[in-house]
Amino acid sequence: MALAAPTSSGRFGEFGGRYVPETLVPACQELEEAFREAWADPLFRAELDGLLADYAGRPSPLTECHRLSAELGVRVLLKREDLNHTGSHKINNVLGQGLLARRMGKKRLVAETGAGQHGVASATVAALLGMECMVYMGEVDIERQALNVFRMRLLGAEVVPAMSGSRTLKDAVNEAMRDWVATVETTHYCLGSVMGPHPYPWMVREFHTVIGLEAREQCEALLDGGIPDVVTACVGGGSNAIGIFSGFADTDAELVGVEPAGGAAVGRGVPGVVHGMKSYLMQDEFGQVQEAHSISAGLDYPGVGPEHSHLASIGRATYEQVTDAEVIEAFQLLSRTEGIIPALEPAHALAWISRDRAKLAGKTVLLNMSGRGDKDVGQMMEILG
Amino acid sequence: MSLSALDEGLAIPEAPAEHGTLETALRASRDAGRKLLVPYVTGGLGDDWADIVRAVADAGADAIEIGVPFSDPVMDGPVIQEASELALRSGATPVTIFDELRTIDAGVPIAVMTYYNLAFHMGHERFAQSLAAAGVSAAILPDLPLEEVGPWATAADAAGVETVLLAAPTAPDERLPRVVARSRGFVYAVGLLGVTGERDALASSSLVIAKRLKAITDKPVLVGVGISNAKQAVEICAEADGVVIGSALMRRVLEGVGASGAGAFIAEIRAALDAG
Repeated sequence: MALAAPTSSGRFGEFGGRYVPETLVPACQELEEAFREAWADPLFRAELDGLLADYAGRPSPLTECHRLSAELGVRVLLKREDLNHTGSHKINNVLGQGLLARRMGKKRLVAETGAGQHGVASATVAALLGMECMVYMGEVDIERQALNVFRMRLLGAEVVPAMSGSRTLKDAVNEAMRDWVATVETTHYCLGSVMGPHPYPWMVREFHTVIGLEAREQCEALLDGGIPDVVTACVGGGSNAIGIFSGFADTDAELVGVEPAGGAAVGRGVPGVVHGMKSYLMQDEFGQVQEAHSISAGLDYPGVGPEHSHLASIGRATYEQVTDAEVIEAFQLLSRTEGIIPALEPAHALAWISRDRAKLAGKTVLLNMSGRGDKDVGQMMEILG
Repeated sequence: MSLSALDEGLAIPEAPAEHGTLETALRASRDAGRKLLVPYVTGGLGDDWADIVRAVADAGADAIEIGVPFSDPVMDGPVIQEASELALRSGATPVTIFDELRTIDAGVPIAVMTYYNLAFHMGHERFAQSLAAAGVSAAILPDLPLEEVGPWATAADAAGVETVLLAAPTAPDERLPRVVARSRGFVYAVGLLGVTGERDALASSSLVIAKRLKAITDKPVLVGVGISNAKQAVEICAEADGVVIGSALMRRVLEGVGASGAGAFIAEIRAALDAG
């Protein structure tokens, strides 16, 4: 495989680990063991593949952007995770964790959510599998993502506002972890990105490798056996990016993660420990975690998955930053040129291509279109007037 | 599966055999037939936090836990979260708190409770030496479990700072002895499944974990998380050597009882424990 498994203590290089309250250590160990078993079990894999195909709608297509490419002078291919059921890549991970939770005898899922995409995916899978679901969401995000809050409630999940700190994704993770500390015997924490304590960064990556595997095959078919020059994706926690990187880590393709300038853990952070992992983290001079600020609720996070910190530190991937204003432009650009309204998160990756188009001229760039923009239309209507 | 070189760097050093200041004091009190009482006070909260520390010491605390506030306290419930947030907003940092601790002569050992990132960020050696220089005997880092404690414990042991480990109700029997063996000062028994905060009744899990720990160690076993009043403290001390009182005290402090009120609350628990 292209990306290596973590060490036995859950490390990618110096990053990762399992920094959780003692109460949760046995649960993390149990989850790791259950995942290893399930992932090696052909029956589990077959059931997951079946759901990915018949329920989530995989494989997702690869779309060549002719008009956009002509405008930018860069050949842009989109991996269409926005066309999955529930509208983003998040469903890949949640179907995997849902089946795993059921296999472990857990009856209840807790999840954190930023933009609401992971919350919606969790609520969806809980409905599908007949499980209880509670989603923690920052109070600020509940306001800017009202549509997704309604969706989660419609799907039968309880949505609980996280009222502490910045009242965004970081605080939703804190609340979900506090819930799990109290309910660990009956509850599975369905973490939504390649972050948190071991085995989550590894397990969530494995559930998203399907993105990279499909994209690799699709690119080889389209490019006559070739691979794209660049593979890019937005990075908050970094799950969609790891998913698509995993298909190309063993190639010459350049891997580029794009962070929001106001939440650039790799770009502006230093190593730190929060939410169960050691990774790049935006923090003050004493190690207090700083609040991120991004137009995109899904990327409004001061940390990043530990494997991204590792890929950055060994130079296998690079991480760029874009501003909110550049993202708003890219959001409109793709809508206008291709008839595809992107979520604000993948619009970050497009914003980078657009800004650096001179450098990328003539190259083929594969972008992971991790989610669709329906959820952001209300917010953008206010911004664009 | 083989360990990588980096993982070998995580090796957990054996705890030093000699007892530190905190453990020596707690053992002596316990062996004299006294139940141990450790109040928790959030450092840097309000202008009078040092007075509160002295007041609870005078009221009969055997040691005091000082919380150094962290931005993301995942093991804490609403009361300690609020206290931490207020202290941070008023400018409290590890440095300001250590500076002030140096001037407080509480007359009992001090343990600092905080989250690992503050130690990691400052650097293990520097953080451990800062604690020692501030007269702090021990450190409690609730998000640093046994498997990750090695690099910190090495520095703490060298600086003469005792690292107290938490023992949780979820730990299987084979795990508890390993936690106990590495814990210094005392063994912090987590009373229930959940974060810090007051509860109406004593959780039965707190009696169970205290009993399990007492069966395997002669280190002082103190129960914290969910011990809310004198009655519950007496109840749990049927099994445990003592209690940590955090949220119940800090709620009163946040309500404005001041140093005298905080002292009175701890005195009430002290009296109940002494009466048995």
